[in-house]
Amino acid sequence: MTLKLGVPSKGRLMDKTFDWFAARGVTLRKSGSDREYAGAVDGIDGIELVLLSAGEIPRELDAGRIHLGVTGSDLVREKLSSWDQRVVEIAKMGFGGADLIIAVPNAWIDVDTLDDLDAVAAAFRANHGFRLRIATKYHRLVRDFLRENGVADYQLIDSQGATEGTIRNETAEAVADITSTGETLRANGLKILSDGMIHSSQATLFRGRRRGWTQEQRNTLKALDEKLSD
Amino acid sequence: MSTDSQALWTRARVFQDKFAALGAVVTDADVLQPAGTLLDLYGEDIRARAFTTHDALRGELMMRPDFTVPIVQQHMAIGAEPARYTYVGKVFRQQEQDESRRTEYVQVGYEVFDGSNPAAADAEVFAAMAELLNDLPVTASTGDIGILRAAVQGLATTDRRRAALMRHLWRPRRFKALLDRFGGRTPMPASRAALLEQADPMADLPPLLGLRTESEIALRIDALRDDASSDPISNVERDLMDALLKVRETAPNALTALRDISVDLPSIGVAVDRLAARLDALSARGIDVDALPFEASYGRTSMEYYDGFVFGFAADAELNLPPVATGGRYDALTTVLGGGTGVPAVGGVIRPDLVAIAEGAQ
Repeated sequence: MTLKLGVPSKGRLMDKTFDWFAARGVTLRKSGSDREYAGAVDGIDGIELVLLSAGEIPRELDAGRIHLGVTGSDLVREKLSSWDQRVVEIAKMGFGGADLIIAVPNAWIDVDTLDDLDAVAAAFRANHGFRLRIATKYHRLVRDFLRENGVADYQLIDSQGATEGTIRNETAEAVADITSTGETLRANGLKILSDGMIHSSQATLFRGRRRGWTQEQRNTLKALDEKLSD
Repeated sequence: MSTDSQALWTRARVFQDKFAALGAVVTDADVLQPAGTLLDLYGEDIRARAFTTHDALRGELMMRPDFTVPIVQQHMAIGAEPARYTYVGKVFRQQEQDESRRTEYVQVGYEVFDGSNPAAADAEVFAAMAELLNDLPVTASTGDIGILRAAVQGLATTDRRRAALMRHLWRPRRFKALLDRFGGRTPMPASRAALLEQADPMADLPPLLGLRTESEIALRIDALRDDASSDPISNVERDLMDALLKVRETAPNALTALRDISVDLPSIGVAVDRLAARLDALSARGIDVDALPFEASYGRTSMEYYDGFVFGFAADAELNLPPVATGGRYDALTTVLGGGTGVPAVGGVIRPDLVAIAEGAQ
């Protein structure tokens, strides 16, 4: 039985993952044409490459259909409840860094902290008759963070893309989004709350639970661990 | 249906019959409830607790996480006081943290809408639950959110600060952070100090974006200025609040401790009198009040709509079960759902599945 390694199927995340493994003596590559989602592994035996969307890797790991997977630490936390009981971090890979933050319009000069956001949410609800809207695609992470920090009277609005634009379009009052440099936020007239860092994400190699693994699979993981720690 | 399941429903109906014998009308509620009502009541957190689904015509719906809200709505729409209701059925809760907890389970409920004698109604609901648990090794817990509310309302500070504390009564961490700041124990955030140092912060306002208006921003800055120039909540009051939150004794001792606190915090006097009347009413119903635990902070983290008496019955801690029965007073909820007019209401639920487990462990 091979160990299935799930890797993002395209883009910079795939390229960087390939580079990261190559630097550790494991060559991952797409086999056949560029459009094909089949892969090959050299430099270690017993590992099979599976190319998947980064967003599906947490679920596939949890279901045991892949044994190892590379994806953003934000996606694992968002998609799996009690994620740390379901998957284990093997290595932080040092790329794909992005911060999940809360941002509000620059014009909100009275808002810099979660305490301010909470007070504004209460006043906003009283004035407008509905709860202050925060646009995000990271519902679980944002909700857990705001509960933990005692922010109330808000609602989450689903936004799967161009989240920064929702405030201008008046479909949200604040956003919770991923940013690496803050450039897009600034360009859209938004500022980041000083204590609104929800999660600092990077590409991470995870493994699923080892329940049901064969001895052969366990040996392969050990061999991989040794290569990675060289 | 398995025999376990049959036994469970049989037990549930026996419980319901007992409530009906106390004069309760048998009622029911839809499994699918409009999500908007629940979201407005509980906020976004309810999404982590209830199952949400969708219908093209009705929009977002939630599988009932409890019966109280729909029963109150029914009563406010068509009921007349006094009224007693009982229901039996499944409720549905997401369990994100603990896979051993059930996502659907049967509750049997008893709700009393009767304002003629609140202390007697509190005691009636508690005693009805205690009666069903009579032969089991369960431990009761009691508390009173009304005393905490009265304490906050009585603080010698601004209306705005009292409102902020009241709003976060059910979020102990934020509550404490607010109390620390209003008491001058934590410094004002640097960003706020910098903002308030400006003579006219609104002068160079960046371009507005979204629905929040310039006047809303200006009003908040006025409120922050106001707050900055208000005296801190005194150490005396702060210490009284701490002492109050820590009260955890048998009921008669707790009553004495609360009476002592009320000498310096007279605003809780009426609420403490209500506790005394409730203990008398419980005693009249045969509850051993001398051994009954009372905890001032009980119910602060989990029971958001209760605003007076709160109680729960827990099985042996080794069984690691949720409370077997819980309940409390929710006068304010009836006002919210009744569109401004409320009625005094108290109720409780019991879980036959947990009763069976506790019984089996004996």
